[in-house]
Formats: sequence, C-alpha cells, structure tokens
Amino acid sequence: MISIRNVSKHYGSFQVLADCRAEVEKGEVIVVCGPSGSGKSTLIKCVNGLEPFQDGEIVVNGISVGDPKTDLSKLRAQVGMVFQNFELFPHMSITDNLAIAQIKVLGRSREEAVGRGLKLLERVGLSAQAEKFPGQLSGGQQQRVAIARALSMDPICMLFDEPTSALDPEMVKEVLDVMVGLAEEGMTMMVVTHEMGFARRVANRVIFMDQGRIVEDAAKEAFFGTPRSERAQQFLSKILQH
Amino acid sequence: MNDFDWSSIPGALPFLWDGMKTTLEITVIAVVVGIVWGTLLAIMRMSSFKPLSWFAAGYVNLFRSIPLVMVLLWFFLIVPALLESLFNTPRSSDTRLSSAMVAFALFEAAYYSEIIRAGIQSVSKGQISAALALGMSYAQAMRLVVLPQAFRNMVPLLLTQGIILFQDTSLVYVSSLADFFGAAYKVGDRDGRLVELLLFAGAVYFAICFSASLLVKRFQKRVVT
Ligand SMILES: Nc1ncnc2c1ncn2[C@@H]1O[C@H](COP(=O)(O)OP(=O)(O)OP(=O)(O)O)[C@@H](O)[C@H]1O
Ligand SMILES: [Mg+2]
Repeated sequence: MISIRNVSKHYGSFQVLADCRAEVEKGEVIVVCGPSGSGKSTLIKCVNGLEPFQDGEIVVNGISVGDPKTDLSKLRAQVGMVFQNFELFPHMSITDNLAIAQIKVLGRSREEAVGRGLKLLERVGLSAQAEKFPGQLSGGQQQRVAIARALSMDPICMLFDEPTSALDPEMVKEVLDVMVGLAEEGMTMMVVTHEMGFARRVANRVIFMDQGRIVEDAAKEAFFGTPRSERAQQFLSKILQH
Repeated sequence: MNDFDWSSIPGALPFLWDGMKTTLEITVIAVVVGIVWGTLLAIMRMSSFKPLSWFAAGYVNLFRSIPLVMVLLWFFLIVPALLESLFNTPRSSDTRLSSAMVAFALFEAAYYSEIIRAGIQSVSKGQISAALALGMSYAQAMRLVVLPQAFRNMVPLLLTQGIILFQDTSLVYVSSLADFFGAAYKVGDRDGRLVELLLFAGAVYFAICFSASLLVKRFQKRVVT
C-alpha cells in the first residue's frame, strides 16, 4: 500500500532523511518512533507529498508521489492525515469541518456530505457537538473530530503525526481508543507516536528513526523484546521510565 | 467670535451633500477594489514563482514611495487620454471622478496588500497543510481556509485604513472635483465665508472619522475576546 524506497531529503547541507526504506502492506499498522528531530514528521509528510524530497521514490497505492505528473490533490484526497495540533478550521462549525472537503474535493452534495459527517461524528462519540465550533471543544474532542474529518473522505490509508502529544494526559485515551478501533477494522495506518501501549496493542511493526535514518524496522514482538540497535534500546528505556 | 457668519451653510447643504456622496463613492470603490487587488498582490508576493513576487514587491514599494497627490495628478492627466484612445470618448467628457477612483484604488491596494499579507501570515501553516491533506488545491485552501481567517483577524486594520482613505479623498481638490471638501471650499469662496465653511467641513470629517474609529475599537474588542 505504501512503499518508501531509498528516500533522502535535505535542507541545504542538513540531511533530514537519509536513504529511508519501508513497506506498509494493506491493513498493517506501523508505528514510527524516535527522538525529537529525527525526521519522523518529515517522513510521514513525504508520504502524501506535503513535503518534497530530493532522492528516492514513494509509491502509494501504485501512484508515485514524487512524480511531477502525479495529481497530488487527488492522491491526498485518498490519504487521511491527522496532525499533532488537530488543525480543525476554527471559522467553521464541526459539521462544516466534516463536510467542506467532501463537497469541494469529492463533489458530494451538501446533504450527502453532512450525513456522512454526522455518521462519523457519532462513531467518535461526538454527535452532540455537531453545531459547535472547534474552539468550544476540548483538545481530545477536537482530535476525534479531526480523525472523523479524515475518515469522511473514505481514505485508503491514514497517517498520524503524534496525534496525542498535544493533549492533556486524561484525554489521550479517548483518542487512542478511536485509533485502536480503526486499526482493528483493518485500516492501513502509519502512526508517529511515543505511546508504546498503543504500539503493543495494535502495531504490526515498529520503525525507529534516528538522525534521519530508519535504524530499526522490526516486528512488534522483536522490537519490544530485544531491539538490535543501542540507540533504540536507550530510547525505549527512557520512554518506559515515564 | 461674533464675526462668524454661518448663514451661507443651510442653503448650501444640498450641494455639500452631493459633495459628500462623491467622497463616499470614491472611498467605497477604492476600498473594495483596493482590497480585492491588494489580496491578489499579497498572494503574488508570497508566490514561489519569482517574477510574480518581484512584480508585487515592486508595485507595493513603488506606490508606497510616491506621494499620493502625485499619483492623483498623473491619473488626472493619463486616464482621460487612455479612455479617449480606448473607447473614443470625446475629450470634453468628465473623467475626473473615474480617474480619482482608479488612482485611489491602485494606490490603496499597495497598502492593503501589506495588511493582507500580514493577515495571511498570521494564519498558522498547519491550516494550509490540513487543507491540502484533505485534497484541496492551493487555491481552494486559500479561499476556503486561510483567507476567511486572515480577514477576520484583519478587519480592524482594514477599516482603519478605510478611515484614513476617507480623509485622503479630500486630495482630489487638485483636480477641482467637488467632493465634500471641494464643495465646502467652493461655497466658502463664492460667499466670502471660507473660514466658516472650512471649520464646518473639518467638524464633519472629525465627527465621521472619530465615531467610525470608535466603532472599529469596539469591534476589535469583540474579535479579541
Ligand atoms: N524548513 C526546515 N528547514 C530546515 N530544517 C528543518 C526544516 N523543517 C524541519 N527541519 C529539521 O529537520 C529535522 C527533522 O524534523 P522533523 O520535524 O521531521 O522531526 P521529528 O522527528 O518529527 O521531531 P519531533 O519529535 O520534534 O516532532 C529537525 O532537525 C528539524 O530542525
Ligand atoms: Mg514531529
């Protein structure tokens, strides 16, 4: 479903991504972790073309992201993305947040779009908030709306960039629960997160990044059992101490 | 104080009102066209396509470096000639009003574009990313997501600029166009009551601009809270 082949990216002489390789099969959940600044966000943003890269190739569902002939908007419409800071549109009601891209990008009728949006809102447990504005919701609620918004486009896979790290601790669970539900339904997911509990529960594989490189790409059991690289061992012991 | 004679004002009110209508007409057209053209300039300025951003930067810097009164004079001289060659309008027809509108609109666009650029930059980059990630084109992301938020942040500044423009329209006196100020001047000149008429005109400008800026302040408070 997602194939990352020898991808490199640099800002001037600074190497953000170095020869990254990874495969995500349909229905797989891949967790990406690593220290701050290791290039996790950059990698995941390369997958839907929000960040350009200089070398290598990324293929999503048979479409090459880096190819100048690729219709990036069309590709992005099929790839859901959830951001650390939610990025709901603050000047629109929750209903409109859910409907706008369905109408403007997929060409659905307003009626159909609102209906689909409300159904997804129900799924994330927020039917009562439909008429409110993002500013009136808690962080956890906003992030659940953001997930529903991404799902409203009927994506073939979902990308998450630290979806819970801007949340107060008591709200992390409600967001993770939604994500676990998605994973169990068979959604293909690439998730940047430090929530190792989530990784243990639903991840198929864990990718560990350091200084722009994919240092480790292992099945969950192997990663949590005995990570091969010393950096990953240090990282894990640090995280588990919290 | 007893020397003041206000008696020529009541009879001149219809003429003064016509002048005020001209003033408002120029202001409204210049604000609307200035904001639209200024928005386009701001987007061009931020474009990664260099010639576009150079053009916009050049335009803005040019107009911000020339006195408004000179721009007005040029347009009183150039636009009539241009209209004549384009539409074959006879030289005698009065194009001073349209010249003034064009000049103010082009001039104000330079100022508006800087306000709008700051407004666009005040919207977080994550908002564009989110819009693009949903499959919107860059133009859709701008129109549906960024600009509505940018304008909401900018309304007080845009209105304040509009109040300044309202005052600046009095500069059309260089073409002896009868805007409000020009009309007051003409009446005062005719009746030998220039001081009274100019005091009256000043009071009217003050009343309008002061109450408008009070409204802006109140609006600003509402936006902030
Ligand atoms: N526009 C840019 N210009 C120069 N360097 C950049 C730019 N954007 C990101 N970087 C650098 O690239 C590196 C990788 O950034 P990235 O955001 O991908 O890291 P990350 O692993 O997501 O970190 P975090 O856990 O803090 O989110 C960082 O060192 C960052 O400073
Ligand atoms: Mg990051």
